[in-house]
Amino acid sequence: MNTAAAIEVRGLVKKYANKTAVAGIDLTVEQGEIFALLGPNGAGKTTTVEILEGYRSANSGDIKVLGFDPATKGSAGQKWRNRIGIVLQSASDAADLSVIETVSHFANYYENPKDIDQVINDVGLTEKIDSKVHQLSGGQRRRLDVALGIIGSPELLFLDEPTTGFDPEARRSFWELIRTLKSEGTTILLTTHYLDEAQELADRVGVINNGKLIEIAPPSTLGGRNTAPAKVTWVENGISKEILTNNPTEEVLKLNQHFNGQIPELQVLRPNLEEIYLRMIGEVK
Amino acid sequence: MNSLKVTLRIGLLRGSLELKQFLRQRESVVFTLLFPVILLFIFGSVFQDTIAPGVTFSQYFVAGMIASGLVNTGFQQLAITIPMERDSGTLKRLRGTPMSVSSYFIGKALLVTILMILQTALLLFFGSVMFDLNLPTEASLWWNFTWLVILGSACSTVLGIAFSVVPKSGRGASAVVSPIVIILQFFSGVFFVFTSLPIWMQQFAAIFPLKWLTQGMRSVFLPEDFATQEVAGSWEIGKSALVLILWLIVGLVISIRTFKWSRE
Repeated sequence: MNTAAAIEVRGLVKKYANKTAVAGIDLTVEQGEIFALLGPNGAGKTTTVEILEGYRSANSGDIKVLGFDPATKGSAGQKWRNRIGIVLQSASDAADLSVIETVSHFANYYENPKDIDQVINDVGLTEKIDSKVHQLSGGQRRRLDVALGIIGSPELLFLDEPTTGFDPEARRSFWELIRTLKSEGTTILLTTHYLDEAQELADRVGVINNGKLIEIAPPSTLGGRNTAPAKVTWVENGISKEILTNNPTEEVLKLNQHFNGQIPELQVLRPNLEEIYLRMIGEVK
Repeated sequence: MNSLKVTLRIGLLRGSLELKQFLRQRESVVFTLLFPVILLFIFGSVFQDTIAPGVTFSQYFVAGMIASGLVNTGFQQLAITIPMERDSGTLKRLRGTPMSVSSYFIGKALLVTILMILQTALLLFFGSVMFDLNLPTEASLWWNFTWLVILGSACSTVLGIAFSVVPKSGRGASAVVSPIVIILQFFSGVFFVFTSLPIWMQQFAAIFPLKWLTQGMRSVFLPEDFATQEVAGSWEIGKSALVLILWLIVGLVISIRTFKWSRE
């Protein structure tokens, strides 16, 4: 068992004809970790992930994914793909095949495939096993994508916006599946637009904006969330009042004395992940 | 298992998967497999004249239809379906697996080969039943037929893969590819007797493989003395082989150099 990081990136730069998509990113994802990459559209998120997946090559930078440069061509690159799984953002392929036909065909590509029925069961498609892919709903289609991503027993799984278009219940059960994969030791790199998803799943979150990683932290401390001023609100003589404070406990105690007991409609609010995130990417000052 | 074995095994599996998917799309079965038979029926029924003693137009036409069948199942089919696979994410997904490019190409070549055998058999069958097509009796002609089919479909396959980078999208692919094929068919003596075409048309067609494939097929299905009616006064079978081999090499080099897994 090697203990090196699953992903190790230093100084990643990617330029297109007229713009720099990724302007120097350093990133380390540890083995067994779920790492979420957040960022607005066009921030360089997809470019970064596609470089790590081996779809694009970087202009410069030192990139190691499972100890291997993903841009390597030929059979060495092919072999490395045995160890990763990729769930792409959108695909509409294999429409005329059934779920079982698709999954069992893809299992042939890998040296060490998982049990086909087990994988179909894990993603919750057992009832749809003989359905044609074009008959699946959007959420079921997405779960098939995940099945194809994990069929090769990957050490590292890339999930690009996996739950877009899911209903809340489907998302919950999807999150359960991801936690199971993590418990089996799979490292997961996730990109998402949903902050609650990052909060639920990720050990650490990285925020990309304008081609740069502006912060990496656990969801609970991202953007200084844990130490950010809290808002204390209450109602006095029918009027809403609020103050921003670094020491909400003291404020509440003061109010408690002021009201001599019960504080009407008391709330203590920490900024949520979404507020912090929007502030970080400059949408909200 | 060594990697060559794996590549071949997965290529075979891809071939059978491709065939399964193909046969499940009714439109493509009809368009690719039965269309040449339908054309044979129409042309054979309309033109019942003989174009030389003992040679009916339908006989001339079957030779051309077998040749252009190779262009339909190979070039046309691949140059349309590969851009569609590119748009649907099929290729990108495959690119992210340990499957090698060679396996993908082997799968395509297998699909084309099987379709081509089916289509040629259909044409030969309907040609003989409906239009008294004379099948060759000499072994040497069957040998020529075999290598023409193999070389022709190989050529058609690699050129289809090579051309698949040209259409901008899967939806527009058919509009780009089909006219090229139809024009080539007209210019190459599939729908008309080649020598009755204007000289410039004949010379233009001589650059492309279909003319040579068609002429080669005529050498198999028409009487030996019909050769005197060809442009050069002979079947030029060696020249056909040479042109097909050249195009095969060109197609192969372009395919390997320019093949794109995704649109950008």
